[in-house]
Amino acid sequence: MSSHYEAPIREPLILGEKSYHDISVDVGAPILGKANKSWWIVFSIALIAFLWGLGCIVYTVTTGIGVWGLNKTIGWAWDITNFVWWVGIGHAGTLISAVLLLFRQKWRMAINRSAEAMTIFAVVQAGLFPIIHMGRPWLAYWVLPIPNQFGSLWVNFNSPLLWDVFAISTYLSVSLVFWWTGLLPDFAMIRDRTKSPFQQKIYGILSFGWSGRAKDWQRFEEVSLVLAGLATPLVLSVHTIVSFDFATSVVPGWHSTIFPPYFVAGAIFSGFAMVQTLLLVMRKVVNLENYITIVHVEFMNKVILLTGGIVTVAYLTEYFIGWYSGVPYENYTYLSYGAATGPYWWAFWALIICNLIVPLTLWVKAWRRNIVWTFFVALVINIGMWFERFDIIVLCLSKDRLTSSWTMFSPTFVDIGVFVGTIGFFFVLFLLYARTFPVIAQAEVKSILKSSGERYKRIRESGEDLAGTAADKRTSTYAERTSIAATTNNDNTYHQTTVNADVLLDTEAKRTQVDLMLSRIGIYDPATQTADDLKRISGIGPILEQKLHQLGIYTFDQMSRMTTTDYDLLNEIVAAERAERDDWAGQAQKLKQ
Amino acid sequence: MASANVLHALYNDDDILMKAVKELRAKKYRIIDVYTPFPVHGLDKAMGLAPTRLAITSFLYGLVGLSVATLMMNYIMIEDWPRNIGGKPSFSYLQNMPAFVPIMFELTVFFAAHLMVITFYLRSKIWPFRKAENPDVRTTDDHFLIEVDAANHDLDELSKFLYDTGASEISLIHNEEHA
Repeated sequence: MSSHYEAPIREPLILGEKSYHDISVDVGAPILGKANKSWWIVFSIALIAFLWGLGCIVYTVTTGIGVWGLNKTIGWAWDITNFVWWVGIGHAGTLISAVLLLFRQKWRMAINRSAEAMTIFAVVQAGLFPIIHMGRPWLAYWVLPIPNQFGSLWVNFNSPLLWDVFAISTYLSVSLVFWWTGLLPDFAMIRDRTKSPFQQKIYGILSFGWSGRAKDWQRFEEVSLVLAGLATPLVLSVHTIVSFDFATSVVPGWHSTIFPPYFVAGAIFSGFAMVQTLLLVMRKVVNLENYITIVHVEFMNKVILLTGGIVTVAYLTEYFIGWYSGVPYENYTYLSYGAATGPYWWAFWALIICNLIVPLTLWVKAWRRNIVWTFFVALVINIGMWFERFDIIVLCLSKDRLTSSWTMFSPTFVDIGVFVGTIGFFFVLFLLYARTFPVIAQAEVKSILKSSGERYKRIRESGEDLAGTAADKRTSTYAERTSIAATTNNDNTYHQTTVNADVLLDTEAKRTQVDLMLSRIGIYDPATQTADDLKRISGIGPILEQKLHQLGIYTFDQMSRMTTTDYDLLNEIVAAERAERDDWAGQAQKLKQ
Repeated sequence: MASANVLHALYNDDDILMKAVKELRAKKYRIIDVYTPFPVHGLDKAMGLAPTRLAITSFLYGLVGLSVATLMMNYIMIEDWPRNIGGKPSFSYLQNMPAFVPIMFELTVFFAAHLMVITFYLRSKIWPFRKAENPDVRTTDDHFLIEVDAANHDLDELSKFLYDTGASEISLIHNEEHA
């Protein structure tokens, strides 16, 4: 059909001979199957890192933030570096699900679920740092504008730090709702496929009773579109406001009008790098190479190339303007000759090499389609973007306006422990997610299967009609279906339960006809009725009686209501050619009394 | 007689489903509902469903959020306790407004997004612990189900018609509560 048309020049997004049912099977496999050994190993490592970080957090809170390496000059260091790093990583998910939805990019469908999950988990890590940095996290509610014991002393709504509270909590909650709404149909699929009663119960609750009515889908699509429209400016606002934390100050290197667009581009840059890092491993581990293909990897690399380019231009601008201004303080900012040759030269060059030079290799098509190289570049960018934030914060502070207070920052084991702990926490969440959530938005992928699936592109190009090609015999043939189907909610009531004649009723059409016949002559209820001896009707022997029982016919009452239509059907199914001649209905009517 | 009868016709292909829906509507049969595993584009129009108004509610909720932010900023920062912060004008809402734009924006989005989603959940009756109502489990996998009102129709004729539209299975449901 023309509605599934997609230009043949576009590479397929779903490889292999996939049917709709295949997508359900492939996406459901990690949840319905068992975890393998490597999952447990990685999970244990992540859990240990998380617990170590938790210990460091407890130590920080109970002792005070003096246990960090902060000093009088550098009052912000790893905590805010890690905060900005994690928030930045948390930008790719909403970019993929919202911005790419508005641009109608079909390739987003295979990766948006995991990217959004990553977003939420990353923002959770980010949110930890301001709370720990408060020193007394149990007073965190003071950032909210609530009436308090100090009279009418409100929070300061002129401060970017408070804007952050609003921006990040709005971003986290809206991303969560966007993610969960998209998950409902996929949880419903798992609920209906699983055989385990426990999973049926859990996924039944998680899916909010999603039934997939046409009206629900209409609303679902509208809600997704509007949420995308709302989330697009929201995601841009979040990192803009994070950049205000610095840009509204008077510290050289921070006080810069270029910060908002530069931070947003950097956030998307680092977010996509993290998506690549996670998905390149995940597609392998849970066998989703047919859905997250090399085309997806290349598209993401192109986004990295674009945002990396914006970041590069921003670096060069900062460097040039710092020099061109002639202000001596600018010679000590994080992008300056002073930084490149000073005591923090290694941090400066880490930033330049990781974010500016290495990503340039992605201009070569063969390299951006190379999985191993992409993975390496993504790791390098993750590191580079951490250094970018470290440089902005620590380098700019380390050489402030007062020469006598110039100093360096060295982290304590607590600084390192908390950071490693959040990485562990992040992976704990992501690994649990990968085992229990549908990691691909399967409902959305199914909606593009006929336009972008390899098999369907081939069928369409050969000039054949796509109608009917989606049928999968594992779900469409009765015998096969019963052998593989999950325990079903109501499969047994689907046809009359008193009918038990799989052999006699070889087609669905016959089954339905028998159902219709029973609706005319009445359904036998073994609980309240007793079976009559149908053999007393002349023309019905023991074998025929057995067959009638299989069809759900047990009583004279039922027989007495039969008409010519029913005789014809019986004749077709059980070869009862004598029915009409012997007037079974009439005999049954007499026997009934 | 049997006025509450409903026929469930299962299809295993979205294109065939679309064709069947159009044919059923042309024959003036009443489609009670269609259950699909994924959004079939154009199905709502083919069924004659009215467009959803959720986008409009979202706009209105956004206006509510904007108003809440404005009233809150005005009360907290101008009326209740004006503070001199960096010499910014603290006695006029309008003059101090640029500093409040981020909060006004965030609250607009917050209200528009969350209240719209809550409205969606309530309108579609989906929430935790609600029982799913799809009649066949395969409608979340790869099957499409049309619920046809069979009242006052000849069942044989209707079921034959449904098979002709390409249904793979048909079953009769008695006295469905919503029929």
